[in-house]
Amino acid sequence: MIPRPFAYHAPETIPAAIALLSDYGDLAKILAGGHSLLPMMKLRFAAPEHLIDLGRIKELRGIDMAGDEIRIGAMTTERDIVASSLLAEHLPLLVETARQIADPQVRSKGTIGGDVAHGDPGNDHPAVMLALGAHLVLVGPGGERIVPASEFFLGTYATAIEPDEVMTQIRIMRPPAGSGSCYAKLKRKTGDYATAAAAVVLRMENGRCAAVSIGLTNVAPTAIRAEAAEAALLGRALDDAAIAEAGRLASEGCEPAADLRGDEEYKRAMAGQMVQRALRTALSRCTG
Amino acid sequence: MNEISPDLSRLERLEGIGCARKRREDPRFIQGRGTYVDDIHLPGMLFGVMVRSPYAHARIKSIDTSRAKAMPGVQAVLTAEDLKPLKLHWMPTLAGDVQAVLADGKVVFQNQEVAFVVADDRYVAADAAELVEVEYEELPAVVDPFKAMQPGAPVIREDLAGKDVGAHGARRHHNHIFNWQIGDRDRTDRAFDAAPVTVKQEMLYPRVHPCPLETCGCVASYDAVRGDLTVWITSQAPHVVRTVVGLLSSIPESKIRIVSPDIGGGFGNKVGVYPGYVTAIVASIVLGRPVKWIESRNENLTTTAFARDYWMTGELAADTDGRIKALRVNVIADHGAFDACADPTKWPAGMFHVCTGSYDIPNAHVSVDGVYTNKFPGGVSYRCSFRVTEAVYLIERMIDVLAQKLGIDKAEIRLRNFIPEEKFPYHSALGLDYDSGNYAPALRKVLKAVDYDGLRAEQAAKRADPNCPTLMGIGITTFTEIVGAGPSKSCDILGIGMFDSCEIRVHPDGSAIARMGTISQGQGHQTTYAQIIATEAGIPASLINVEEGDTSTAPYGLGTYGSRSTPVAGAAVARASHKIREKARKIAAHLLEVSPDDMEFDLDQFRVKGDPSRAKSMKEIAWAAYNNVPEGMEMGLEAVDYYDPPNFTFPFGSYLAVVDIQKDTGEIKVRRFYALDDCGTRINPMIIEGQIHGGLTEGFAVAFGQELPYDEQGNVLGGTLMDYFLPTSMETPHWETDFTVTPSPHHPIGAKGVAESPHVGSIPCFSNAVVDAFAHLGVTHTGMPHNAYRTWQQLRDLNIAG
Repeated sequence: MIPRPFAYHAPETIPAAIALLSDYGDLAKILAGGHSLLPMMKLRFAAPEHLIDLGRIKELRGIDMAGDEIRIGAMTTERDIVASSLLAEHLPLLVETARQIADPQVRSKGTIGGDVAHGDPGNDHPAVMLALGAHLVLVGPGGERIVPASEFFLGTYATAIEPDEVMTQIRIMRPPAGSGSCYAKLKRKTGDYATAAAAVVLRMENGRCAAVSIGLTNVAPTAIRAEAAEAALLGRALDDAAIAEAGRLASEGCEPAADLRGDEEYKRAMAGQMVQRALRTALSRCTG
Repeated sequence: MNEISPDLSRLERLEGIGCARKRREDPRFIQGRGTYVDDIHLPGMLFGVMVRSPYAHARIKSIDTSRAKAMPGVQAVLTAEDLKPLKLHWMPTLAGDVQAVLADGKVVFQNQEVAFVVADDRYVAADAAELVEVEYEELPAVVDPFKAMQPGAPVIREDLAGKDVGAHGARRHHNHIFNWQIGDRDRTDRAFDAAPVTVKQEMLYPRVHPCPLETCGCVASYDAVRGDLTVWITSQAPHVVRTVVGLLSSIPESKIRIVSPDIGGGFGNKVGVYPGYVTAIVASIVLGRPVKWIESRNENLTTTAFARDYWMTGELAADTDGRIKALRVNVIADHGAFDACADPTKWPAGMFHVCTGSYDIPNAHVSVDGVYTNKFPGGVSYRCSFRVTEAVYLIERMIDVLAQKLGIDKAEIRLRNFIPEEKFPYHSALGLDYDSGNYAPALRKVLKAVDYDGLRAEQAAKRADPNCPTLMGIGITTFTEIVGAGPSKSCDILGIGMFDSCEIRVHPDGSAIARMGTISQGQGHQTTYAQIIATEAGIPASLINVEEGDTSTAPYGLGTYGSRSTPVAGAAVARASHKIREKARKIAAHLLEVSPDDMEFDLDQFRVKGDPSRAKSMKEIAWAAYNNVPEGMEMGLEAVDYYDPPNFTFPFGSYLAVVDIQKDTGEIKVRRFYALDDCGTRINPMIIEGQIHGGLTEGFAVAFGQELPYDEQGNVLGGTLMDYFLPTSMETPHWETDFTVTPSPHHPIGAKGVAESPHVGSIPCFSNAVVDAFAHLGVTHTGMPHNAYRTWQQLRDLNIAG
């Protein structure tokens, strides 16, 4: 459980971090919270020669609001998300999600940017980013670009970030008033990745579904949207039959990989169950 | 009126048996001031790491250590070839087999030790280990013990070729280790033939691991000038380790010092001697410098001492009222690639023959076959006495199977079959002599406490409601443990009887030091042993310093495992205390100029019978022991006792669990768990409750999540804590505890031992609850662990999922 030798860099500005990335290219890895990368290094599955720690770049941390847009620094820890009154009021889905990530020790080091940028379908934030329609701010030598979450996750551990880019911020439009949301996660134990999890953002009008987005965790090579389920729900009253149908459609859209958490059949079924749970809870949280 | 009676305040000051005294160990642990093996740093100390096999079964074509040796900071790389001249490439196991220290031409399990790299620090050692080049030729692996016993199965142990007889009798196949039988087969078969009702159930107790928080490790330090070897080691049995090291190294035991410092949990994982210990010692002798070896978590979970892996088939014969007439058990025991079980020499299945349980079963027969597979060795007792968890699991599951077949309530069938109180001491059909027990009142107390009838009514209502989102299950176990190994006539390890010991020295000021052959790993010996001395010798517990674990100061003992500390060493403590007390009586009589027969012991003093104003306190007597003793008496006040118990002790308990199973996901919530334990005399109720909470939590972990599965190629899956289930406070249910007291008649203070009962008793209780939830659908058994995945598959098969 000892990594191969590596050089450690702790830049204090974003340009300095990008300069280091430009210098070392594929030999470097960014250290955000470290809770995915460091275990892989200790097991010697990953062996970067240069580790660039973003922890000293103050502007990468913090949670703000600009109009209806919530802006979260990529190095904001899960603990800060759990404790944020701003998020509790305007984006409770993110707080509910972060509370279900690992344990207090991990949440005090793990960051939302690290969770998203790692490209692991088992991480919890990617599905939530999809459900919330988040935009991710990437900064490289050529400047800044903004990528929607729907175009960010390319494959397992593969994202739209270029090797010389740093994710600096996550931008999320506040869901319209009256919306309800929920992150429902099935896990074996504290600290485990989801067997399956579903993020739901829902808005009802006159007893019918006016808008819904559903993101799924750990049931495909990347986090995915349950688009068929969303389409089936639009315009319908969310009775038991509609919710069960959405669960079934979400199940069918999964491509889970078997592991000790379960085989493909179980994970599909659980994705459907988590969609149902999240829909019921989100519905109960809708107002108006 | 507020005055406390003088007797009461003296009693409180003693903090003796029955006092909920706070643990003396905790101030150092909670302040991070404990000393574990990895806290030991010696000048010039080197660090060793193992190079391990990626294959479960492969021939080693070549090992090239040149690149590793050339790396700066590397001091040595050992392989089997280096150990051969010392005859240390193989070592004896505690079970009469041999185990490769470093692989000798072939590897037989994944992660087997192949080479040992010693370097200036652990970072260099880890880098150098990657440079050791081993060329393997992969061989077919066999991980299923039934397939291992088929005619054409791969030969796992080529070193045993031609050996038709092993340490436990004849071997009938190249992967067979032993067949062990006990009981009267013919009588049992006849009882089955005559019985109107029989049931049969197969069950696997899966391979699990004790997984102590502190992994195994040691620091070996050989002083070439003095010729002394000191080894700090996380051992539950330091004196046995000293004897083994002496046998292996030919160094006299007087030149070997084994020290078990603070231990971060053992649970059976730290009884044996592992290859890393041998290689660290050899490296220290060869290099003349201290060598540290510490396991990683993955190494701990996949190489040192698993538990269980018992494939059991149980059968019960009964009359139509559910009265049991006979028990028949056949076991295939997967021991892995080397037989390294920790069992008494004569009993290769430990005390599995306690499997008649708390029930008056007139006929029984057990047959156990030990089998080699390409898995890591072990077969230790994970928080249980030798194979007792397996035995209790079997009988407590079987009696439920019988109850379901006959439609008899699961509490009622137990009440009908209990060994009645008047039959104790009870001689079981499998030859054990139960010391004491009173089972029916314990079960009735539990049933009343939880409103059992109300629970069954709630369950019936839920079963009748097809829209109920959960299944409700009620599990009961009424188990009997066998602990306190043991009488030397039955139990030995490497030929050494399983006694234990205590030495007490009372200082002139009346304080004392006490040393034992056991070693605490969380049990709180420093606290509870002092309480025994306080009550039995009248010395306040707060003035007694309890020391264990250093073989150069402590008397020889067999160590701490199998809940043997209180039944065996605790008895030695009581008897050594009595020796102190009897000498004190004579000194007191001398000081008061009366006959010793006229003195009576009173809490912390001796007083003259009929004249309580004339008394000498133990403090005064201790002072006199060093300056004014009767003529002809030796000075000083100390005693030693080596206690060979006349019998085992048989703690028991009644447990009840209520579970709710989510039909949509298979998740199980333990709604209620009520644990009544009877461990005889209770020394420290607070420590007992803590032990029970810990044991129940580990039982919960085993029942609901722990397992070490393998794939067909012999790759061990789940060898990290990402997969291996260690429950946190988030998962752990609320525990309710209760007790009755039925002292052991043969133990000096009537104590029986407790730490393992909650583990042994709770695991079948959880399984019984889970099966009970499905019982109305015809299910008689579901395998552990009862995780959501497995449970959902059961729901799916019954068409009630989601």
